[in-house]
Amino acid sequence: MSFDLIADILTGIFLLLGAFLSLAAGVGLIRFPDAIARMHATTKPQILGLIFILAGIALQERRLSTILVLIALLAFQMMTAPISAHMIGRAGYRNDVIAPGSLLVDELKQSIEQVQQELGEAENEAENENKNESADGTPH
Amino acid sequence: MSDWVFVVVGLTLTAAAAMALFRIIRGPSILDRMIASDMLLTTMICALGAEMIYNSHTRSLAAMFVLAGTAFLGSVVVARYVSRNGRL
Repeated sequence: MSFDLIADILTGIFLLLGAFLSLAAGVGLIRFPDAIARMHATTKPQILGLIFILAGIALQERRLSTILVLIALLAFQMMTAPISAHMIGRAGYRNDVIAPGSLLVDELKQSIEQVQQELGEAENEAENENKNESADGTPH
Repeated sequence: MSDWVFVVVGLTLTAAAAMALFRIIRGPSILDRMIASDMLLTTMICALGAEMIYNSHTRSLAAMFVLAGTAFLGSVVVARYVSRNGRL
């Protein structure tokens, strides 16, 4: 068994795994009930599926220049995929796209309520100060 | 490498892209459409890689690189717009 044959077999397995992850994401995209669950399904080929495909390319083109480009590509994908997922999840939360009751733990709700409470207290204090100033400042 | 691997991979990626397209058309909110278009872009990156392996060249690496680097811009812009506008 030569190294080329082993590399070919591994490349085929990696390609099939990457394509299977893409198919799984497509099925999840169709069958899952709300936006957040669909996003969960589509993140699988974004990183792991791409890693499989890139490993296949690296096994076929065994040169340093190609492999460096592949590493940079994977780094870009790993940096940018969470950004879009974060922004879409945030927009979905604020626009009530999430199915009610599907969140077992909702830490964002607690933070938002806390911030709103602090903002309300700050506004009340500001109003009280204004009233005091006007009461003191008005000539009798 | 035997050809049936590439036939299976091509059919699978085509099915995944068709499912993403279905969700883009049917999606109830614009966020579902953006998630599906992200997934369509990922499928395209995977398909470019599979095609490079089949024809044993590296000419599509630049396209894959640019797609992976700029894929997030569209969904970030749409998510910002939706957050500010408050409508879907």
